[in-house]
Amino acid sequence: MLRQEEPAEIVVKEEPIAVATPERRRSFGTLAARWYRLNKESLRAVAIGAISLFVFLVVWHLLTTYRVVLFVRFTNVPAPLEVYASFTKAIHDPKFLMHIVLSCRRILIGFSLAAVVGVPLGLVMGRFKLIHEIIFPVAEVLRPIPAIAWVPMAIMLWPTNEQSIVFITFLGSFFPILVNTLHGMSLVDPVLVRAAQCLGARESSIFREVYFPASLPHIFTGLTVGMGVAWVSLIAAEMISGQYGIGYFTWEAYSLVQYADIALGMIAIGVLGLGSSLLIRGAGQLVMPWRMK
Amino acid sequence: MIQAERQVDVRPPLGHIEVEDFALSYETIEGSVEAVSNTRIHVKPGEFVSIVGPSGCGKSTLLNAVAGFLKPTSGKVTVDGEAVNGPSAERGMVFQQYSLFPWKTVRENVEFGLKMRGMPRAQRERAARTLLGLAGLEAFEKHYPERLSGGMKQRVGIVRALATGPKVLLLDEPFGALDAQTRVIMQQILTNLWQRLKISVLFVTHDIDEAIFLSDRVYCMTARPGSIKAEIPIPLERPRQQSMMMSSEFLALKRGLMSLIREESLKAMGGEITDLGMQGLNIDLHGHSLAEIL
Repeated sequence: MLRQEEPAEIVVKEEPIAVATPERRRSFGTLAARWYRLNKESLRAVAIGAISLFVFLVVWHLLTTYRVVLFVRFTNVPAPLEVYASFTKAIHDPKFLMHIVLSCRRILIGFSLAAVVGVPLGLVMGRFKLIHEIIFPVAEVLRPIPAIAWVPMAIMLWPTNEQSIVFITFLGSFFPILVNTLHGMSLVDPVLVRAAQCLGARESSIFREVYFPASLPHIFTGLTVGMGVAWVSLIAAEMISGQYGIGYFTWEAYSLVQYADIALGMIAIGVLGLGSSLLIRGAGQLVMPWRMK
Repeated sequence: MIQAERQVDVRPPLGHIEVEDFALSYETIEGSVEAVSNTRIHVKPGEFVSIVGPSGCGKSTLLNAVAGFLKPTSGKVTVDGEAVNGPSAERGMVFQQYSLFPWKTVRENVEFGLKMRGMPRAQRERAARTLLGLAGLEAFEKHYPERLSGGMKQRVGIVRALATGPKVLLLDEPFGALDAQTRVIMQQILTNLWQRLKISVLFVTHDIDEAIFLSDRVYCMTARPGSIKAEIPIPLERPRQQSMMMSSEFLALKRGLMSLIREESLKAMGGEITDLGMQGLNIDLHGHSLAEIL
């Protein structure tokens, strides 16, 4: 596009430029070596992670087989192999699977409701001062109350146990989602809004095309935090007032003196929590392709 | 290139900016502070006009008022006789911070104004590609802005502002964040586009070379509260070449503008610093390092 306007005295020396040569076929060995060189760092992290998990299991095994009492008592703590045995039994037990399915369903309903209410409310509160001024004080008063503290109230409010547990899950994730969405709205670059305005964008378009996408990274932070708190609240609610669910399973195992099942329940909760936050992170990358590195 | 000429519609010369008896002040706890006072400028259709002045003189304030982001306290701003109230796609704006939408690809950024106007997708995609071609960016249409260099970002910014076919183009120190080499190239691209589109341009900068090289006329503003100190026509012929920046004509204009701005900059710095005072700052270290002396 550019015309060279300077006199042609300047001679540009053509230097050979180093480029990758994909047309030359490389042997499998060279390719593997290259791949290894490029991914050395992440391979290292995976290897160290695996070793550290293995050491954790060994320490657990030793502490429980020798029934160590070092102020903390490992006398009744199940050994990893016992937990594994009860795991192999549990996966063939439809009741155990039902506990998991029910907990997941409660999370799905409670969390989805929180997202569907919290995100739009945060967006609208961030945009319209009056709505912010009306709702914010109420939200600030209710926010510090832990979801577990709502258990008695929830039982009074809702006709069934199931509904009150979902309600508590909802409450747990609602506030992190709302607060992060609001935070995202407050950080929207005003210059981008002005840029949209002088390209002819009206209020509703600015909301859709600028405020919403600009807030998305914070909305997803809110969803990730909200998911974590949703699990915390769910497990607590299930332990107190539940009849099914993985939290109830864990508490029941304690009451029935099935110690291996306690650890199994705990590990199941951990895996489910990890899985659901990975899902949200994946969704975030799908929705925000511009943030992919 | 022939196709490109056809796509970009050549409109009748419009875009007469007039700013009359303009003043803008804002309220603080101590009272009202005047940012710009008693200012009168105009840009004729198809003219390229720059505003230079010391930092904080209100040149950006003036530009933002023409864009419609700020309302004058007194006086009026009109474009083709119509009073400006609020931003509109008729007045395209280019910002120093590029202000591209990070969540949109280069082409989607350029399409934005057309989308707002309700142009069907296929049509606006074609228009955006043509415009990107004019700026040499067709290969980057699918990239997100984050991956572009500063110069490329600002080319997208300019093309985006031009896409809706505005009557005037307002630029607020658009090349201030670019390195010197890129800046020169950007100036040539801007001149090129301006000459093709026959659009009126109001350009704010603190770079005197840039103002002279690009403009038909340069306004020089006083220190705060800003007002017009001088209006300097730039009689250099067009098309302008980079080599002109060494010509005696150019240097004479530069010398004149520099002394005007220097006076105002000193005033803006509080008026205490005189030429004598500045000489006093040249402390002779007699070959010692500062650490030794302290």
